[in-house]
Amino acid sequence: MDGDLFKAIGDATRRTILDELIEKDGQTLFELCGRLTMKHGLASSRQAISQHLAMLEQAGLVHTRRQGRYKFHHIDTSPLRSIAERWPIEREEPNP
Amino acid sequence: MIRINITSVFVDDQAKALAFYTEKLGFTKKHDVPTGDARWLTVVSPANPDGVELLLEPDGHPAAKPFKKALAADGIPFTQFAVDDVFAEVERLKGLGVEFTQDAVDLGPVVTAVFDDTCGNLIQLATMK
Repeated sequence: MDGDLFKAIGDATRRTILDELIEKDGQTLFELCGRLTMKHGLASSRQAISQHLAMLEQAGLVHTRRQGRYKFHHIDTSPLRSIAERWPIEREEPNP
Repeated sequence: MIRINITSVFVDDQAKALAFYTEKLGFTKKHDVPTGDARWLTVVSPANPDGVELLLEPDGHPAAKPFKKALAADGIPFTQFAVDDVFAEVERLKGLGVEFTQDAVDLGPVVTAVFDDTCGNLIQLATMK
């Protein structure tokens, strides 16, 4: 499970997909492709983006919701909690 | 000189399509000619009544429906119409009960949105900056 998570966020395009879903949650594949192309200059094919989404879904970071004839993609950042649990973030003492 | 005079969209019901494309979107009817079991039915923009016509074409061919369904599932619009201000048009159409799969998004050189035409298609609205 952890392996899927690190693999999922180990790719720049997949991280950008998550960024765009943070900006606007619940997007169609078409909207995501448009944002990646127009805003980030990523010329990935629709199939490639679809595969990226499948990997994000595998890691639990994206869920798809079917609504009528449409499919929307939603972000779920909860799997990232396991990272902080594994390597807790200790707050540094402020230097006097 | 060759020129583009017509473009078409496959609709599941011509009467329903005519109502949506005129009453909601604001096109006006140009031609309506009976052709056996269907109509040669076109609409135009009031901004250019002698310009390009949009043919509301029956989607009766067995290949048309699976094609439309596959595009819709991925949120892919079949065609694009231009408006002066996508943001304002989205608000206007939502007020008329039109459903959007993509709200207005500023993509840099263009602002786009995508709505459901109730006849089996997604349509993109665009404003070039």
